Amino acid sequence: MKRSLFPFLTLCFCLLFFYLPLAVMMVGSFNNSRFGGPWRGVTLRYYTSLFRDREIWVCLENTLIIAVASTIVCMALGAAAAFALHYFRSKLQFIHQALVYAPLVIPEILMGMSLLLFFVALEADLGMWTIFAGHVTFSMSYVALTVLGRLQDFDFTLIDAARDLGAGTWTAVWKILIPLIAPGILAGGLLAFTLSLDDFVVTFFVSGTDSKTLPIYIYSSIKHGSPTKLNALSTILLIVTFLGAFISRLLAGRAGRTGRIVNKAG
Amino acid sequence: MSARPERAQGSARNERRRLNEIFLTLPSLVWLGVFFFVPTLIVFAIAFRPADPYGGIGDGWTLETIRRMVSPNYPAIIWRTFLLSVAATFICLTLAVPVGYCLARVGRRWRQWILLLVVIPFWTNFLVRVFAWKSLLATNGSFRLALVWLGVLGEDQPILFTPVAILLVLVYTYLPFAILPVYASAEKFDFSLLEAARDLGASSGKAFFRVFLPGISRGLATAAIMVLVPSLGSYVIPDLVGGASSEMLGNKIAQYVYTERNLPRASALSAILTVVVVALLILFLWWSLRRDRSGSGVKKGGLFT
Repeated sequence: MKRSLFPFLTLCFCLLFFYLPLAVMMVGSFNNSRFGGPWRGVTLRYYTSLFRDREIWVCLENTLIIAVASTIVCMALGAAAAFALHYFRSKLQFIHQALVYAPLVIPEILMGMSLLLFFVALEADLGMWTIFAGHVTFSMSYVALTVLGRLQDFDFTLIDAARDLGAGTWTAVWKILIPLIAPGILAGGLLAFTLSLDDFVVTFFVSGTDSKTLPIYIYSSIKHGSPTKLNALSTILLIVTFLGAFISRLLAGRAGRTGRIVNKAG
Repeated sequence: MSARPERAQGSARNERRRLNEIFLTLPSLVWLGVFFFVPTLIVFAIAFRPADPYGGIGDGWTLETIRRMVSPNYPAIIWRTFLLSVAATFICLTLAVPVGYCLARVGRRWRQWILLLVVIPFWTNFLVRVFAWKSLLATNGSFRLALVWLGVLGEDQPILFTPVAILLVLVYTYLPFAILPVYASAEKFDFSLLEAARDLGASSGKAFFRVFLPGISRGLATAAIMVLVPSLGSYVIPDLVGGASSEMLGNKIAQYVYTERNLPRASALSAILTVVVVALLILFLWWSLRRDRSGSGVKKGGLFT
């Protein structure tokens, strides 16, 4: 009996391990004590000072512009890549597949470093455009794999049925395939969006000095800023993430999917 | 219809198929070629270029940067990076196996919720998580105070800015990456095999090590790669919770880019890291191909010997 309880206790331990640090931080963001010491009552002043900080709003705007732009490009490129990988078996697809999988397994710092050298070699100005290019590069493969997962579950006899009933290839694709694959493309897009919002390492390498995103702001606040204000900002980000995760779970459907995507990425 | 127009039609169809393939493949292929493959080649090239005094890249070619890599400074950092990454991988796998087992055996409705709880940390902002730990580990942080209270840590013994802090945050960050593949394998595992092993006289420990673990070996290997590779390349974690004496490869690369402005040296270190990562991935692919060819995960006869 004792033995069978062990896995369950480990699970409880892991969940505590995951959430306790976040909970402590969220509680700390309301603590009316300047340096996060003992509890001194509830305050909202870190939140109000957060809303008055103009720099945060500029960073947020940059972050969202890049996230939206890179997500749209990633959805188009990633979905096309997934279709190509699924339908064709040629030497070209072998190379294509290697290129699509590689960014998933290469540590971020290597991607940041190589992109920086690439832009330096091109003598490009570092800024919003280079951040955008970096974000598309690291999230495209995630969209491709998510869509590929959907395509593998897709029942292709539906296409044959549509064509038997007189639909042309493109009609069948637009009316049958795309609508059924759309949740996959959306789920991939959501993943790309989150990755873009969160990315620090690649952005740090290719952002130059003028264009700051929210993670860059957070990083410099961790290094030099006030921890209490950062507690408040983190709490807001965490709550947004919890909501986003919940919505995406509704979109993605079955529970096993995440495990399968991760499995393929390896 | 005669044979001829049919063949012409067939070749026209092939032609169109070929065009479709190119139309669908080219955008992602070109993008990744330009922004991923070419930059990686540039890293290797610049490792052989001299640095100029203004933080740029000088003319000509040199082996000087590579030769300097044998100085005692670098092997120590590479060794530390390797040790911390392997330790993080080991701890993550040790925790992921019981959790994956539990998830595979629990009822469907519970499983969905627990899986969501495991995945959420992966969706939260990475810097926020590191920051949460930094506060917990600080001198007056709750976690450090708890450890002092438990007697694990001395009254004025620091934990922040030590290798232990790095290890802890590495495990915290990459544990979900280990749990998911292990769970995915455990879900497909046929648990009646464990009962069969017990019926045939194996102790539960023996059944676990000789039947369950080999049965989920694919998940274990994927989990190991998913933790080991990003740990080897980690930069933010050692930068924020590690100290000057616990630098890792990633820190050194960033340091050469930002403070010492020596791009060739940063490139040489990146090239070393790339070679190590690619070697690990090839090893993993070779192993999984060989495993797929030999059939099931449980070795024949392995059950009874």
